[in-house]
Amino acid sequence: MSFGPHLLLATLEGLVTSAVLALTALGLSLVFGVMRVVNVAHGEFFMLGAVLAWWIASLATGHPAVGFLLALVVSPLIVGAVALVAERLVLRRLDYNPEATIVATIGMLYIIQQLALTFYGPEARPVEAPFSYRILLPWFGYSGYKLSVIAFSAILLLATWFVLTRTKIGLVMRATQYDRETAQAFGIPVGRVYAGVFALGAMLAAIAAVLIVPIQQAHYLMGLDPLLLSFIVVIIGGLGSLRGTVVAAVLIGLSDGIISVFFSPTLAKIIATLIVAMVLVFRPQGLFGTAAR
Amino acid sequence: MAAMTPLLTTRDLRKSYGGLRAVDGVDFAIVPGEIRAVIGPNGAGKTTFVSLICGRVPPTSGQIVFDGNDITDLPAHDRVRRGIAYTFQITSVFSNLTAYDNVALPVQRTLTDGRSKGRLHAGVMSALERTGLADRADTVAGALSYGHQRLLEVAMGLALRPRLLILDEPTQGLSDGEIEGFMQLVREIARDATVLLIEHNMQVVMGLADRITVMNTGKILAEGTPEQIRANAEVQRAYLGTEA
Amino acid sequence: MSPGNSPKKVYLLHAAVIAVLFALNFMLPEYHHGVLARVMVLAVFAMGYNILFGYSGLLSLGHAMFFSAGLYGAGLTVSHLGWGMAAGFAAGIASGALLALVIGVLALRTTGVAFMIVTMMFAQVFYLLTLYFAEWTRGDEGFVLAQQARRIDLGDLHFNLTDPATRYMAALALFSVVLLATLAIVRSAHGRVLVAIRENEERTRMLGYDTFANKLAAVVVSGVICAAAGAAYALLFGYVGSTFATVQYSILPLLWVLLGGAATTLGPLVGTLFMFYVVDITSGYTSAYLLIVGVALILLVLYFPKGILGTVRERWIKWLP
Repeated sequence: MSFGPHLLLATLEGLVTSAVLALTALGLSLVFGVMRVVNVAHGEFFMLGAVLAWWIASLATGHPAVGFLLALVVSPLIVGAVALVAERLVLRRLDYNPEATIVATIGMLYIIQQLALTFYGPEARPVEAPFSYRILLPWFGYSGYKLSVIAFSAILLLATWFVLTRTKIGLVMRATQYDRETAQAFGIPVGRVYAGVFALGAMLAAIAAVLIVPIQQAHYLMGLDPLLLSFIVVIIGGLGSLRGTVVAAVLIGLSDGIISVFFSPTLAKIIATLIVAMVLVFRPQGLFGTAAR
Repeated sequence: MAAMTPLLTTRDLRKSYGGLRAVDGVDFAIVPGEIRAVIGPNGAGKTTFVSLICGRVPPTSGQIVFDGNDITDLPAHDRVRRGIAYTFQITSVFSNLTAYDNVALPVQRTLTDGRSKGRLHAGVMSALERTGLADRADTVAGALSYGHQRLLEVAMGLALRPRLLILDEPTQGLSDGEIEGFMQLVREIARDATVLLIEHNMQVVMGLADRITVMNTGKILAEGTPEQIRANAEVQRAYLGTEA
Repeated sequence: MSPGNSPKKVYLLHAAVIAVLFALNFMLPEYHHGVLARVMVLAVFAMGYNILFGYSGLLSLGHAMFFSAGLYGAGLTVSHLGWGMAAGFAAGIASGALLALVIGVLALRTTGVAFMIVTMMFAQVFYLLTLYFAEWTRGDEGFVLAQQARRIDLGDLHFNLTDPATRYMAALALFSVVLLATLAIVRSAHGRVLVAIRENEERTRMLGYDTFANKLAAVVVSGVICAAAGAAYALLFGYVGSTFATVQYSILPLLWVLLGGAATTLGPLVGTLFMFYVVDITSGYTSAYLLIVGVALILLVLYFPKGILGTVRERWIKWLP
């Protein structure tokens, strides 16, 4: 294969990564933007979504699309419910103190990870793609499913954007984000908004995970990379900015593939992590803004 | 004496937040030993102005000279070391520490060796005695009454042995009796320090200040002795007319 | 501290703790003897963390890098350069000091949540570096220090760190030095400034303190203590591996300090000991060790934020430092 097609292939693969990453990071960004807390367990919600997808798909019989679609609906709902319970039982009682919340979500990370290991096991398991159509390009065939992941993510991102900017729900969320006390004074049920946002954030991660399991297998340790990458995206993209999140996700998704072509994956991670840490150090105001106390 | 060099001067001092000019070209001077009050309606820029002087907020432009040195670019802690002390408008004592420890913090900083326990103890107790808090040395600051917390705030300022003590609305929330004692304390402080006072209570201002500076919309509107300010028609309109 | 404090009682208490630990050397059965030696070294790690988290109020999620800097600083120089024990220990501490200085200067430009994330990311870089330079570090697998290298010869005195009693005494010596150093720092003028920064940084600055310099000093002291723990761990237990650089080893000291009581001098020991035995006992029933860590973290922040000794101090023994 010559350079051109090679680049096209790398770009397509990068876009798939970007699409899934954008959804995951958006979840983290929403939670941070509205609630001003960092959810370290976000990657575990992603993992939980993938593991549940495998479980649900394995229960369904018949065409693989049935199991997959069932998983796409049910898995995010279960993850959202888990997040809701965690929010009510833990985060609310901590009054969303940023530091206590981080410690508590680290605790959740360990709990979810351990439960997944106990009940799901240490194996990596795939979910069958809903369809196996391959699009034949002049140079190579490409998975139609992967292209549909890009399209589906794009639609979901647009829908989120619409909800946030054009509906009353979005207005309530933005008001809460802007000023919690004033929002409360105007009769906005801040507690319920927080619970909803936390669940929504987890559900976005779970949807991303369901989309990725036909490509990448489900494993109990798969949450760490999405967590770190989401941090990177959220920090680079700027908080609460939907457009920034998407742009950064595309940037990271594409460059992730390209950097790993030139460097070893470990070195690529070292460089990426170091760059992001430096961004945080030298431009914290534009990135973590008012959250820094 | 009349041609005394000022302790502090600001030249064309400005601070903007976005489009808002909080402090808008202030030329100001204060001579050693005086008690100066800065008054003005809410939002006149008084707190921003003193925050620029003590270095909590960096100016947009202009110059601040303290004791003949340009301190415009000095960080806040260096200015405190040179003798500018600031007591906060909102009481911000260390509420989990005892009154003793609250005052020990500024005292231990002014001690050159920082180790001599005897001198530390003497310094702390003297500041507590001057503010009448000596018998509450071991009380946790958060458990003190509001009036006593304000006094503790002043004791911390005093313990820095400042040359310029900035008091930001010190009598806010104090009872009449407490205000009386407080005015006595400020007069005593002024014997060896210069005092810059932001105050809303006109009785306190008229009773304490040698000179008064009136601010409005970030600018100095008028300056003079209490009598001159009382007689100033412009001030009447902008400030006294609406509040008094 | 204020005149009401009881320095005599405080010194007696700390001396008593050290004396009990000394006596236990001769009383404990073999298994618990080994556990306690390990716990004392890890408690030093927790004490280093406590200086920054408990007293200065800076929550780092990256202290594994300081522990590992000591671990690798000592382990690599001893195994690859053939340095002696003392030189290796010094190398470990020096690595930690240098790293803490650089990380401190960078990370202290941020506060709060950003500080937590930045320290976590730097620690992640450190961890990845230990994997990247696997040629020397042997990565995840790690390497073992040769038995004959773990000896100290001082003239006619020979110490063999593979001998349990010697190892226990070496751990106790380090623990005692760091405990007394912590106590001295806490009761010093500098300690009072650190607490003031934790309580209200802006106010502390307006009392004329360069809060950045004070926080940097705290990061370096904390880093040095953690590196000393790491170096001691490498030399006493003879194993060096990148596991100790993972995020988990940044979380553990936080857990130990929270459990024992942040901003108490003895809390780190209590927390480390308690957690070690909780895991040890439950591992008889379940392998779900992380589950216990997770549940403990959540229960602590929810219901017990002051930890064991913090609660004891609040309710009963006010003079506890």
